[in-house]
Amino acid sequence: MKARVTVTLKSGVLDPQGKAIEGALRSLGIEGVASVRQGKLFDVELDTTDRAKAEAALNEACEKLLANTVIENYRVELA
Amino acid sequence: MKAAVVVFPGSNRDGDVARALRLAGGEVATVWHAEDELPKGTDLVVLPGGFSYGDYLRCGAIAARTMIMDAVRAHAARGGLVLGICNGFQILCESGLLPGVLMRNANLRFICHWQHLKVERTDTAFTRRYAPGQVIKVCVAHGEGNYFADEATIGRLEGEGRIAFRYCDEAGNVTADANRNGSLNAIAGVYSEKFNVLGLMPHPENLIDDLAGGTDGRGLFESLVARAA
Repeated sequence: MKARVTVTLKSGVLDPQGKAIEGALRSLGIEGVASVRQGKLFDVELDTTDRAKAEAALNEACEKLLANTVIENYRVELA
Repeated sequence: MKAAVVVFPGSNRDGDVARALRLAGGEVATVWHAEDELPKGTDLVVLPGGFSYGDYLRCGAIAARTMIMDAVRAHAARGGLVLGICNGFQILCESGLLPGVLMRNANLRFICHWQHLKVERTDTAFTRRYAPGQVIKVCVAHGEGNYFADEATIGRLEGEGRIAFRYCDEAGNVTADANRNGSLNAIAGVYSEKFNVLGLMPHPENLIDDLAGGTDGRGLFESLVARAA
């Protein structure tokens, strides 16, 4: 089973990289960009076909390693 | 005083901190990250600077989940001393031994320069050899040293006197210019609740010899050796 985990910064946490990207987009003349927040994406393949098990494992993975929950939120999507 | 310096793949300041500890009179062993216990009789664990695991995922994130860190957590829970410098501070935050997180520097640059620090209190195992209110000259070298925690955590750290060092100018003024990585409240180092764990971004181990520009870093290592002797 394939899954995708998205880790994003919590709102209110300053994102200097996102700000720099935002500035670069503006300097490229790409219009209409109000703001950019940078995050991380993990494509994970799991051995199981049990969706509940997969979700539980991925949530644990996020809590223990993939996300730092002090500053980040995460979202798990199963294919 | 028996110190154990933990070496992760990518640690690169282990030799310097070992030298600083020996110079202060400590006995130093190095411990590989795959070990599951600390040498018998360890008083102090040191997590040195460097780029453990290539800073993959987040700085310190992977090192914080290695076997040896379970032993370090147990050592800290028993009241044992733990010192994390630079990448070691990042590892302590990632491992839950210290609150908060070190984010990318506000100016997005790796910074490497002399830095003055204000020693916030001198009644801990780490700072007894400094004078109250002393300003010390050390140096910093990091890309992710921007200390962040939520408002409640910062309030608690301030209220409990758990800020160890603040970035300041030569005269000891905590100014925005002196806080080049953008840390909240100019925080350069923090203590755990019981004051037995300290993490800091600057490198006191660089300043132990006049040949390298000063000796203001010695006080930290001498405090530790005196405490655990």
